Amino acid sequence: MLTMIEEFFQNVGALDAIKVTLLLAFSSTSIATILGVLFGLLLEKYHFPFKNLVIRINRTLMGVPPVVIGLVVYLLLMRRGPLGSFSLLFTIRGMIIAQVFIITPIISGTVYAYAAKFAPQVRNFAKTVGATPLQTELLVLKEMRSEIYFAIVSGFGRSISEVGAVMLVGGNIKGRTRTMTTAISLLKSQGIYSEGIMLGIILLIMAFIVQTIAEHFKKEDIYDENF
Amino acid sequence: MKKLFKALAVSLAILMVLGGCSSNQGGENNNTPVVEDKGVLLMATTTSTADTGLLDYLAPIFKQDTGYTLEWSAVGTGEAINMGKNGDVSVILVHAKASEEEFVNEGYGVERFEVMYNDYIVIGPKESVAYSNDIEATFKAVVDNELKWVNRGDNSGTDKKERQIWKALGIDPATNPNYVESGQGMGATINMADEQMALCLTDRGTYLKVKNDATLGIELEIICEKDDNLLNQYGVIAVSPDKYPDTDIEGANAFIEWICSEKIQALIGEFGVDKYGQPLFFPNAKK
Repeated sequence: MLTMIEEFFQNVGALDAIKVTLLLAFSSTSIATILGVLFGLLLEKYHFPFKNLVIRINRTLMGVPPVVIGLVVYLLLMRRGPLGSFSLLFTIRGMIIAQVFIITPIISGTVYAYAAKFAPQVRNFAKTVGATPLQTELLVLKEMRSEIYFAIVSGFGRSISEVGAVMLVGGNIKGRTRTMTTAISLLKSQGIYSEGIMLGIILLIMAFIVQTIAEHFKKEDIYDENF
Repeated sequence: MKKLFKALAVSLAILMVLGGCSSNQGGENNNTPVVEDKGVLLMATTTSTADTGLLDYLAPIFKQDTGYTLEWSAVGTGEAINMGKNGDVSVILVHAKASEEEFVNEGYGVERFEVMYNDYIVIGPKESVAYSNDIEATFKAVVDNELKWVNRGDNSGTDKKERQIWKALGIDPATNPNYVESGQGMGATINMADEQMALCLTDRGTYLKVKNDATLGIELEIICEKDDNLLNQYGVIAVSPDKYPDTDIEGANAFIEWICSEKIQALIGEFGVDKYGQPLFFPNAKK
């Protein structure tokens, strides 16, 4: 069965590409979630000079072309670059670094936007019931959980669909750093369209499943709130 | 109404005078005889002839000599031949002898003429393998020493050539743990090999161009060259008017005769020498 799938996709290494795509998306989204949620909440909580500028830069980075991040990370990681001695270019770890740069602003930007709207009310409420600062922040997080899920799903979606940075930093090496998107790109360059479309459909189904899971979380939330 | 006619007549007169002037000027300034404009000739060719700038260099001369404006679509060899089979172009300039002969035998092409060749080379880090003119010895050394090797793995002409050499040696290159497939074009693959300090098979033209144009340069050097097995012959074929009456057979024949002429063959041999220190293509049309 597995070999049949491999052969169907003209030996571009489709199964490995699916594995790499998932590994990459889970790793980079997890790291970006920790960094992004933390940064988004801190950005809302503290006031400092040029805060508006930082927010504007964050918003700009939410829509940054991945290929630009890819090029910058490539230059950092290349043999003659500042981090060249770590040999991270053309490895999954290198790709995770690039994607963390792409996804973190999406999560932090979304979290900040919601936090700016809801956190002050939650804090006021926490104050009136006499919560400690830590309890207050945990309550903010809890109240915002469906928005945070949404931010994480957006980041995950960006990760599996992104092609520019993973092509540059990963190098599309068969069985090692080839993702589903770069495999599609390779199939197209050989004029193998139908198999490319098939792989694209699998990618869409994956995105659909992720979206369904997210909606499920959201529904539970609404359900909870009704009580 | 009369006024309108008068205005029209005056404008016409001005136009005619202007037109006359400009064509007179052309006649006075050019010593070469003016060639009649014969329109556009469509050609399908491979990326190498376009990427190296050869066609940009030849097309204006072709226009001057014959009056045809050469326009081309640069694609992979397989796709270029398909464009000829579909009658989308009048002439093809490609490098895949077997497929070209099939194209002629099936009646799509009139006759195949050899134009020029370029060659494949193996590049790699200095002294990773002893320099040689024997491609099989180099390939064997790569596998025996498990050296890093980057293959394009994209079914391109270069990829096919490489696989053919491995096959002739009876070696499965994938047994080498340091063998990778980049799945990208030649330029990207050369850059990847340079980053990894690996070896790869490339055509000489792309290597010289990447080495010359890359911001940080390329450290890899030529490890193996000039084996007879590494020659890459280009052929030019006119699309048959029997299959496609609309095809511009006169233009195609003019192009073939022109590109095989002594003058243009000499120009092809000189192309790139000023910029890269060596020619990118070697003319070998039969006289």
